[in-house]
Parts: sequence; C-alpha cells; structure tokens
Amino acid sequence: MTNADQNSNYISGKTGDWEIVIGLEIHAQVLSSSKLFSGASTEFGKDPNHNVSLVDAAMPGMLPVINQTCIKQAIKSGIALNAEINKYSVFDRKNYFYADLPQGYQISQYKYPIVGEGSLKITDANGEDKVIGIERIHLEQDAGKSLHDQHPSKSFIDLNRTGVALMEIVSKPDLRSPEEAASYVKKIRTVLRYIETCDGNMEQGSLRADCNVSVRKPNGDLGTRCEIKNLNSIKFISQAIQYEAERQVEILENGGVIDQETRLFDTSTGETRSMRSKEDAHDYRYFPDPDLLPLELSDSQISEIRSDMPELPDQLVERLISEYGITKYDANVIAEEKEYVHYYENSAKNRDGKLVVNWMTSELFGLLKKNNVQFNQNPISPNYLNELVELIENKTISGKIAKDVFEIMFATSKSPKMIVKEKGLEQVTDDSAIEVFVDQVINENKDKVKEYLSGKDKLFGFFVGQVMKVSQGKANPGLVNKILKSKLK
Amino acid sequence: MSNLLQFSISEALALLEKKEFSTKELVETYINAIEKTKDLNMYLTTCFDQALEQAKISDQNYLNGNQRFLEGIPLGVKDMFCTKGIETTASSKILKKFIPTYESTVTQNLWKEGAINLGKLSCDEFAMGSSNETAAKGEVINPWNFEEKRTPGGSSGGSAAAVAAKAALAATGTDTGGSIRQPAAFCGVVGLKPTYGRCSRWGIVAFASSLDQAGPITRNVSDAALMLQVMSGYDPKDSTSSNKDVPNFYNDLGKSIKGIKIGIPEEYNSDGISSDILNAKDMTINFLKENGAEIIPVKLPLTKYSLPVYYIVAPAEASSNLARYDGVRYGARIDGNSLDEMYENTRNLGFGDEVKRRIMIGTYVLSSGYYDAYYLKAQKVRRLIKNEFNEIFKQVDYLVTPTTPTTAFKLGSTQDLLTMYLNDVFTVPASLAGIPGISLPIKLDKNKLPVGIQILGKDFDEQGLLNVAKVIESCASFKDTPNGAAS
Repeated sequence: MTNADQNSNYISGKTGDWEIVIGLEIHAQVLSSSKLFSGASTEFGKDPNHNVSLVDAAMPGMLPVINQTCIKQAIKSGIALNAEINKYSVFDRKNYFYADLPQGYQISQYKYPIVGEGSLKITDANGEDKVIGIERIHLEQDAGKSLHDQHPSKSFIDLNRTGVALMEIVSKPDLRSPEEAASYVKKIRTVLRYIETCDGNMEQGSLRADCNVSVRKPNGDLGTRCEIKNLNSIKFISQAIQYEAERQVEILENGGVIDQETRLFDTSTGETRSMRSKEDAHDYRYFPDPDLLPLELSDSQISEIRSDMPELPDQLVERLISEYGITKYDANVIAEEKEYVHYYENSAKNRDGKLVVNWMTSELFGLLKKNNVQFNQNPISPNYLNELVELIENKTISGKIAKDVFEIMFATSKSPKMIVKEKGLEQVTDDSAIEVFVDQVINENKDKVKEYLSGKDKLFGFFVGQVMKVSQGKANPGLVNKILKSKLK
Repeated sequence: MSNLLQFSISEALALLEKKEFSTKELVETYINAIEKTKDLNMYLTTCFDQALEQAKISDQNYLNGNQRFLEGIPLGVKDMFCTKGIETTASSKILKKFIPTYESTVTQNLWKEGAINLGKLSCDEFAMGSSNETAAKGEVINPWNFEEKRTPGGSSGGSAAAVAAKAALAATGTDTGGSIRQPAAFCGVVGLKPTYGRCSRWGIVAFASSLDQAGPITRNVSDAALMLQVMSGYDPKDSTSSNKDVPNFYNDLGKSIKGIKIGIPEEYNSDGISSDILNAKDMTINFLKENGAEIIPVKLPLTKYSLPVYYIVAPAEASSNLARYDGVRYGARIDGNSLDEMYENTRNLGFGDEVKRRIMIGTYVLSSGYYDAYYLKAQKVRRLIKNEFNEIFKQVDYLVTPTTPTTAFKLGSTQDLLTMYLNDVFTVPASLAGIPGISLPIKLDKNKLPVGIQILGKDFDEQGLLNVAKVIESCASFKDTPNGAAS
C-alpha cells in the first residue's frame, strides 16, 4: 500500500509522494458605501474616475480619515472567524510607485493588524471537518486600475477603485490540496456574505486570492514557496495550485531547486509563469502613517459588535440538523448561501424537512442548472414548494406526479394546487376506483396472472406499473399494492 | 496713505471700525507696498483683483456693522497652503501651474473671518531649507540691510520678509523644524509655532506630517494672538488635529508673569553663538526677573540628539509624502519612453537638489535592513526628547532660549550643509516634542540685524507663551524698521 492510497491529497511522483502546502491571502472588499479613508462612493460599474475624491487622487495637502464603518466590518469579520480583535492597531504606509497608486503608497497594516489569530472550519475531501488557522486580518486600501488596451501608445488610469477598503485575510499554511483551498475560499466567502462584510462577488473582483504554494516530502521540512497572485475564481485557484504544485515536483525530481518568486496564472493556458523573483521584490519601506493616529478600540465597542452578530454558517448547520432533521451534508449545501437558507426555511415550514431539502437540492437545483437560471431568478416561490410538499404529504398527488407538477411550476410559476386541479392530477385514493383499475389490468393480462400465481413473484411489480399506467399515475401506490395483493390470491 | 503701513492688526481693526480709512485704502496701500518691494522677491503670485473685490465686501460689512474678526486685514500666504483658484507650488517646479480646487482649512478660517489674501509667499522648496535658497523662483532677500543680500531664513522666508518689509500686515507660515521661528528671528518679527495639532494640516502641502504645523508671522505679539485664534481649531478632515477648545488668545493677553518659573536650558548654546545673541538672552532674563519671574537654570541633555533625529524622521516622512508628485495626475510631467522613465524625468527636473537629497536620505533610512538602525531608533529618541520636555515642565513653566545661533547670514555664503542644518539646532527640539514655541525680536546686533529669542511652553499653552512674550516685547521695545521695508 502506497502513501497515495493513504492520502489522496498527495502527488505521486517518480521519487514517491509529495505533499502540497498552501497558505492563502484573501483580499475581500469591505461592504461599505464609502472608501476606507475618503468619502467617495464605492459603487461598482461607474464611469472611469467617477468615484474619486481629492484624497483618492492624492492632491497636495489631502489627508486620510478613517471610515468607522470599515473598522466595524473588519471587527465583525474577525469575530466571525473566531479571531482575536486587537484593541491597538496601526496603519502603515507601503511605499511603491505605480501609475494607478496616486499617493505613491498604499495605506495598510503591517506590524499591528486590527485582527489577530483565528480559525475556520472547512469540510475536507472525505467530508471530515478540518480547522484552518487564520494568521491575521488587516485593513488596507485597494489600488486603482491601469488600462493598457485602450490606446496604441498610452495607458489609461481609472481611480474608481483607489482607496476602497480591503480586508486581507491571511491563512496559516494549513491547506493541503487544491480542493481544500477551494473549500476554504468558499467557506470564507459564505461567512463574509452571511455577516454582510463582503459581497463575495469574485467576477467583480470583490474577493481575490494570492496563493502561496510549496511542496515537500510528506511531513518533511517546508519547501520553498511561490506566490501566485490575484486569482479571482475558485476554479482558477484550484487549477493554479494544482499546476504549480506539479511544476515544483517536476523541478525537484529533476534535481532542480525552487526559486522563491511571485507568479501569475494564465487562465487561457492553465499555467503559472514567473512575474518577479525574490531579488526583484519591492522594498516597501513600511512605516506608520503619520497622518493617522493608532487605532484604539474599547472593550465596549467590540462587545457591542459581538452581541449584534448574526447567526454564523456553522451555528446554522447545527440548527438545521436539529430543527429539520436533515443530514449534515444537506445542511452544508443549504448553508452555503444565505438565500438558500431563507428559501429552505420558508418552504420547509410545517413540512417534512428531509422531503423539502431533497426537492430543493435535487429537483430545484437541477432545473435551475439545466435551464441556466440563477437562484435569485428562481421562478418557484418557497410558498409553492411548501404547497407541493404538502400535496405529497397528504397524498393528494404521488411523488411521481409531483415531478411533473414541479416542471409546470418551474415553467409557469403557478401554484401547484392550481396545476393539480386544472389538470385533474389528484391522486385516486378511493378503493373502489382503484379496484376498477386493478380489475382492468387483471383482465387484460390473464397469462401473466397465471404465471404470478404459479410462483413468479417478481411479476407483482409489473402489475403495479400497469395499474399506475391505467390510472395515469394518479392511483395511490400504497392502495394499489394493497388491493392488488388481495385480488391476486 | 502710506502711513497705513505702520499699523498692526489690532490697530488697523480699531481704525477701520472708526472709518478712519477704508479696507479698500488699506489693501491698495499694501498692493503698492508689494510693488515697491518687488526686488526682495517675496511674492510668487499675487491676487490683487480678488483682494480688491474682497475689500469691497469688507467695507460693506464695516458700513453695516457686520464686521468679522479680521475684517479687511490684508495677509500674505506661504505657498505651502493650497489656495482655491490660485497657483500653489510649494516653491517647486514640480507643482508649476498647479491650481488647487480647494482651500486649506487654515486659510479658509482666515477668509471666513474677513481677512484678505494678497498673494502667495516664497519659501524653501517644499519647506525644506533654512535660508529660502532652495526656492524654485530664487531666494528672497532679507529687508534688513537689503543691499547686503542676506537670507530671510527659511523655510517661511517670504512670509517673515514680507511682514518685516511691510508688504503684508501678517502672514501664514509653516514650521517643521523651525521654519516659522528662525525666519521670524532673522527678519525681526514675531513667529509662533503652535502645539502640533492646534491648526489643521488639511490643504497644506505636506513635508513631514508628524512635525508640520501652521502658525502666524506678525509684527507683534498681540497680532500673533489674533491670527492664531482664527487659524486654530479642530478639523475632522485632519485626524491629528486637536479637539481642545481654542482660548480667546487676544482678550486674555496681558496677565502678570509674577511668580512664574522660567527655565534656561544650558544646552541651548553653541560654539559659534555670537555675543550679541548671548546678550539678548541675558537682556530677556533681566526683563523677566524685573517682572517677578523666577529664573531657573535647567538641563536638557538630550538636546544634542535633536538634529540627528530630525534629519532622519523628517526626510523619512518627506520621501513618502512627496511620492505623489509623479507627473501622472497634476503638476509638471516630463515624458519618457516608459512609465519609469517618465517618473525619472519628471522628478529629476521637477525637484531641486535639497529636496532630492532629503528624499534619498528618507528612502535610505526606511529601507529594509536600515529601518531599525535609523528610523525606529530615531523615533525612540524622539519619544525620550518629548519625555525630557515633559519632565522639565514639571519644574518650570516656560523655557527661554535663543531662536538661532547666528543672525541672518549672507545669501550664498553657506556652502556646508551641516552648517546650514545647524541653523535649526535651537528650534528643532520643540518640533520633535510637538510643543509650542514663539520667537520675538529683542535687539539689533552689531551689524544692525535683528536678534530673536525663543520661548517654549507646554502642550497647548500658547496662551501662556503669548503672555510671557508680551511682557518681554514691552520691555525690549524693539521698534526698528528694516531699510528694505516699504514706506
């Protein structure tokens, strides 16, 4: 038995197994209407240079003023990640020149971040819980955007994003596979969305990740790491890590060494390539920003936010399991998005929670996917799903009929009761009516009846199927069974 | 009407109220004085049309009895203050033709109270210098013995010279290591550096953020009180500005100094210090004694570390503060074949040598591997210097020292940078500690150049500082006028 069998996370190379070690720096844009140090709007999609204040453009004599909303959001995020909130933190200047960095420095937090160590529980590939350490969260300004493809010889600068607040969430190097990394990012995104400190919109760049990847022999010393910059989808994060780990294994197995460097992921080729080596790394000349006083928080400020925290995903999963009797797997699926939870809890009111979760995760999600419809465009209201399950529970319709009704609901947004009534789909629960169907089937299949009676028990299913067919699926299957059994003696 | 130039702010306000003359007449007199003193090279930009428009409003206000606190007082503004619609360059080529769309809080406070802007005054480039020789548009000439072409001091050289030459009734300055007090001493006027945080820094071109502080340069102590009162105050746009109440500095002037304790630090001495300056210090001590103050010799042994600390902290902050002048958004841009080349060209031609030197020093002391040895250590020593002042102010109420080791030297005479930096040896400690300081003229030296004395006080005790200064001022009775002044 090889190690790879023991641990599916390992990469098996020519010289044996390799373990991937991953640490992530997630940049999450703070949900707030104005920027970290200026009153300019953070609204996405405005015309270039529309959301720019004098401070953002770094006009002479302009000074930053801390946006208290962003501070609150960082504290909230820290609490949600079980982290220590630092009552004393400092904003530093990270100095470098770039055309879309008007001040010539980014205001960030270096030695004294606002949030210290924390942790996050994720589900690993085997469905087991795994706790990932959080190193810190600090607040910093985003840079602007350089547009190099608008003109043959000029670059254009858009400062709308300049100064927008970001939380940099730094994990410990606790992740061991691309899947774990993906699961971690998903969970972070879920948590931040729950507490409404980041919209998690990766396409718009509200959540991006830098991945630090190294490989080593299982449980050996840490290898040299490479940092892959600025990945903006969970798929790319997994792909980039996988590619990078394999690249490193190949180099090491061929007797090479890994150069510590910053790399970029090319989404079209699925490869990473070198951006700059350690020697070319910037010397950022961090020092405390003299325009800002150290940030001091009081106990009451922190406890006020703590007492006002909404339910967190992990707490929710526990509650869903105990309240609705659903499996942990299903609870996790529902908990992934706040809107799922809202939908589920409304549609499961007074209904069998397990039945509802099945309808939601298999039928509803299936139809949404098949028709390429976003969840928030979902044509079936939670009340109607509730109603549909009620019809199943009280045996008005069978599960099979329900699927047809569901498709009609999806296409028309109509109430299931209305559909059942209009199409006359009520389940037949009247013994005498079912007897008529049964008699018909027995009469039409006399040879099969003979075979059955002579011991071919398996044919029973055939009779049930025929009765259902004759009844156009409306006969109550339990009653059909019972009556068939009594008549086929 | 040139005799209008003789009046101080408080006198002019009283006479304007009595309608002895109009604001228009006062402003025209100053415009005329500015024209007459052009050769001293003090103003970079003037805004006479706007000043005359404002004068009409002021006259109307006097007519209606609605006059504001500084109604109709014509002022000069150091070019470090951003002024809406008026070119603001910080005396640098890199900000040539930069016209702010906003007004600094301090100047806005002045205009709100009816003061009138005559124009922008020269200074050392980005306030980096002690002689006004680093100004892009050439040095300002000290109105004292003007034919000898002496320095007005720096960096607020244009402001101090203009007030001395009667080309402004008062002026704003900024002080980072002595840039208000040293030129005030060299030009025989009063210069007050308030406590760090007393005046908002919003809209003032930043040199070293943790040290920069705006203050007034005036003909006398009362005018300094009037100006400071209007310039001061909490500004939510400056996180380091103080929300302490602003006292009525002017009304509370004139308190007896009987029984107050004055410390004379023995370290505020240097090899090259002239006997005239030592004599001015002795005279001051006698004035204070005559008025019932107790004189106590004190020791501030960390004083000798002030200059080295200052020349690490200030350039470090400056190197970062001046990164924004990159040619991308405003000010000068010298094109290149790449972004880096454009930066290099712009900053190479846009900045003068002293600014470049300080950017390089600052970049060096913040570099990885040097940060701990220089910047961090300097910050620690700075904290100790602050503590030393705190301790000494448990024993005494104020400190009295010379403002400068020498009087105004001839322009171009100081080739050696260290000698130049030593000009600020007596003013830098208070800047590092953030405490307020005032310089006022005591006498003329043997070359007929003014000698200034500095008083230092506790945080936010500008009122006490002004009271002590007022007593010294009346004893010294310094009434001389420079030969380069308008008349």
